[in-house]
Amino acid sequence: MRQVAVLGVGMTKFGISEKTNLEMFAEAGLEAITQSNIEPKDIEALYFGNCLGGFEEGQLHMAPFAHAELGLPLSVPATRFESACATATVATRHAALLVAAGVYDLVLAGGTERATTMGTSFATRTFAMASQAQYECPAGMTFPGVFAMAAHMYANKHGIPLKELKKHMAEVAVKNHYHGSMNPKAHFQKEIDVETVLGGMMVADPLQLFDCCPFSDGAAAVVVAEAGKARDLVKKPIYVVGTGQASGGPLYLQQDLTRVRAREASVAQAYRDSGLGPDDIDVVELHDCFTIAEILALESFGFYDFGKAYDAATKGETALKGKVVVNPSGGLKAKGHPIGATGAAQVTEIVEQLRGESGPRQVEGARIGLVDTLGGDFGTVCNIILRS
Amino acid sequence: MEYKLTFDQYQKGLDRGEFLGLRCNACDTFTFPPLGTCRNCSGTDLEVTRLSGQGILRTFTVIRVAPEGMNPPYVVAMVELEEGAWVIGNLVDINPDDADMTLIGKKVRLGSQMVKGDIFSACDSRVITFSLIAN
Ligand SMILES: [Zn+2]
Repeated sequence: MRQVAVLGVGMTKFGISEKTNLEMFAEAGLEAITQSNIEPKDIEALYFGNCLGGFEEGQLHMAPFAHAELGLPLSVPATRFESACATATVATRHAALLVAAGVYDLVLAGGTERATTMGTSFATRTFAMASQAQYECPAGMTFPGVFAMAAHMYANKHGIPLKELKKHMAEVAVKNHYHGSMNPKAHFQKEIDVETVLGGMMVADPLQLFDCCPFSDGAAAVVVAEAGKARDLVKKPIYVVGTGQASGGPLYLQQDLTRVRAREASVAQAYRDSGLGPDDIDVVELHDCFTIAEILALESFGFYDFGKAYDAATKGETALKGKVVVNPSGGLKAKGHPIGATGAAQVTEIVEQLRGESGPRQVEGARIGLVDTLGGDFGTVCNIILRS
Repeated sequence: MEYKLTFDQYQKGLDRGEFLGLRCNACDTFTFPPLGTCRNCSGTDLEVTRLSGQGILRTFTVIRVAPEGMNPPYVVAMVELEEGAWVIGNLVDINPDDADMTLIGKKVRLGSQMVKGDIFSACDSRVITFSLIAN
């Protein structure tokens, strides 16, 4: 297998946008291409992520339209990826795999989502389509509901009073909003406090509004290339040193929701691939769709024993200047979560961190970063480890 | 290879008050709700069998922001059946505002109720319900 690197990265501001899915993707894609010192005609394949375009704009089969927006050559295949929230991570991983295999030298990967056109009630319905439609959806399952059940199970399994767990979960939101306040592209750039989180509307017991990431619009894209080519084109290529992806099936097969088995399998692949382990990671962008989700992820990675990560944010261990900096971008919680774009935005943040370009939220001396995205109700997890 | 226990057959079982699942002849694991293969060993030597319809509530939530077309608040729960499989459904016969951590570990009996499909669903369908078994 050949060595692979990320060249340019690009993303729109996340939040509420008047732009179309394609317009947002064109902005992010052209930024990534320009930053790579290449032209659209140099791209050999487009791996394009989008989840809910059919409901957002009545638009399916967006990949060839994205291809046209970017002015890619006719012979370049454009393919849509859909892995719920992990869509763009999976697209990026497949770009890296095909470059490593020698099929292509230069691939553009990423995604776009315009979730806010749907409104909360309809968006909750369409997001729930990523739960099993016959055996789970009709019970009125929602994504906050899935992680709410995980939170209750976590409190019960580890003997932590729910009230105490909720305070520590609130600290995850406070920390990610603090990071987001330093990210000009974040959906929310305001700091919040624990009282705000604990005073929020109940969404799915025990998760309140500020335990949940928002519905967002946005796009992100990255150029993936063969490492030798990358060194010719840019000053600081960031190397893809390990990837993993695993599939968990429907929620009813997961049983213990405090253990995200697909993540454990995925991150094990990425560690094996890279020859690295939990102690080597300096900075992480992980899937904090809900506050409890960040806690579960830290344990899956092996950063903490099971049942021990719940107060990591409270102790300041995961904030900027902490032991391992988690979600310096603000994470899904504050940066926002345009689901089809999220994974590529996580890669973008890690690449910028490893280049030392993250300004006030720069993780000092960061050399190795981990990307983690969870799709659906524990169905897909994809990880990418990057190194400067 | 013919699908052993289809959604339609499973639904017709619920209509009759039966909880149809699959027992694996290779490893004795019960798969419920049904899948194309044994959830433990991926085996295909499966027999349709009736489950007891009793289990233990392992976790729950009260949905207060619901998908379009649903009427919150309502309780969603995960139950471990006597036969070892886990299933998702609605805890009924309880005021959602009374749902708290003491529910975890309680014995429940399964039932089902009809849910109207929306424009995106293939059909109306029965969904599993749970009722607390009084001690
Ligand atoms: Zn078996």
